[in-house]
Amino acid sequence: MQPELLIEARGLALGYGGPAAVSDVSFALHGGERLALLGPNGGGKTTILRGLLGELRPLAGTLRVAASCGSVPQTERSRLDYPVSALEVAAMGALSRLPWWRRPGRHERRTALGALARVGLQAQAGATFGELSGGQRQRVLIARGLVQEARVLLMDEPFAGLDRPAAEGLEALIDALAGEGHAVLIATHDLEQARRWDSVLCVNRRQIAFGPPAETLDRAVLEATYGGAIVEIPGGGKAILPPQHCH
Amino acid sequence: MLAPLEEPFMQRALAEAALLGIAGGALGCWVVLYGLSYAAESLSHSLLPGLVLAAIAGAPLLLGAVPAVVLAALAIALVGRIPGVEREVGIAVVVTALFGAGVLLALSPSSPPGIESLLFGDLLGPTDADLLAAAVLLGALALSLALLHARLLAVGFDRAGARGLGVSPAAVEAALLVLLAGTVVVAVQGFGNLLVVAVLVGPAASARNLTSRSAPMIAAAAAIAVLCAVAGLYASYYAGTAGGASVALAIVAVYLLSVPVGLARRSRPGVATGPGYDL
Repeated sequence: MQPELLIEARGLALGYGGPAAVSDVSFALHGGERLALLGPNGGGKTTILRGLLGELRPLAGTLRVAASCGSVPQTERSRLDYPVSALEVAAMGALSRLPWWRRPGRHERRTALGALARVGLQAQAGATFGELSGGQRQRVLIARGLVQEARVLLMDEPFAGLDRPAAEGLEALIDALAGEGHAVLIATHDLEQARRWDSVLCVNRRQIAFGPPAETLDRAVLEATYGGAIVEIPGGGKAILPPQHCH
Repeated sequence: MLAPLEEPFMQRALAEAALLGIAGGALGCWVVLYGLSYAAESLSHSLLPGLVLAAIAGAPLLLGAVPAVVLAALAIALVGRIPGVEREVGIAVVVTALFGAGVLLALSPSSPPGIESLLFGDLLGPTDADLLAAAVLLGALALSLALLHARLLAVGFDRAGARGLGVSPAAVEAALLVLLAGTVVVAVQGFGNLLVVAVLVGPAASARNLTSRSAPMIAAAAAIAVLCAVAGLYASYYAGTAGGASVALAIVAVYLLSVPVGLARRSRPGVATGPGYDL
């Protein structure tokens, strides 16, 4: 059976009023797929996420979003002293189904508790969001997306600042969610991680490439994406040399 | 101890202070969480010309305050659209211009005596209309905040994410500003142009130091505001100090006491800091 097409962009350009911040973006995302969004800082990754959330209107091209998108933003720079519990954050997902005057009630809180259990955080339901570790905060925001019944999860550099066990746990959760039919779009800087997923979208103010990682991530694509040169590291590794160091 | 309560003017003053305190304390939590303390201060200061004109005309102050707050909001919005002018600079220019115009009017020969009550409020002498306005404000505010609570919480927590949840951040923020403008317009009668910001920011900032949940924070802020209103009015009764200023100083004192509590609470190790990745 062909997996369901959830997001399709064709020749999409997005921006903030002035010239396009990112253009020529064409990709498709199906249920059950993990798509890595690669690009340098300022290359348009967050702009694409904001476009998919409906915050920015396309300047050109078409964007079809056939499923609800749950946002999993970075929390490193957010106000961690905001007076809200993990359960309250997860329950916010139910707002999408409630009329504007209704607040999440007992039924929604039960759903939220189930979602927190799904991401392994049942015991932390009563904890203040800002007191959780970085990995736990990402999981709470995923739980919010699950309560929202989002088929697509949009994650903005979810691995930033996580230690190795937390990152591995989060990656396992992403795999499990994809196995259940969710589509996950992950903005990341980690090439090795991106190679393990189903497809990659490389952008640097315009789309450089889109496709399965094994066929897409070659030297030319990476150099165009990061605007630099790739150097071999003794021992078999590779590193991107940023442009200011290329001369 | 109960002697002040037997005085009819003190009963009225306590009723006015309690109504405005609960309203200001509860709304103030959202003012603080949304970073609108400066906007609250600006709105109250820019009401002055409207209040002075109403006083000169002998009209109810509310009639002057409402158009003044609309004018201030429009002016701030317009100045904010001028390219190259930062929002805070725009607010400062508009507020100083309006406050300056208010002072000019207040010092003109045609202004009636007692104009300083517009600046410092008249907590000890509320009229029946003032009490009614405060009661109506509190009722409308309580209903609005109860209905909007979940959306205010969601937008304040994650503005971009809220949109994905079908909540319009712009609509929620506009509703909050309307509630703020309405509260300032009514509370300025009791606390005055210069001191109303104390009841909007102080109790909420203190409550934030005491709790890390929104509902207890709102309850604590309202309770602190009422407590400070009673303490300030008692001080005013026995020491003959100005009512609004005494309440404002009581609010500041409670805030200073709450600071070490907040510091101790935040330096406590996190409730759950383990990796928590077992699936």
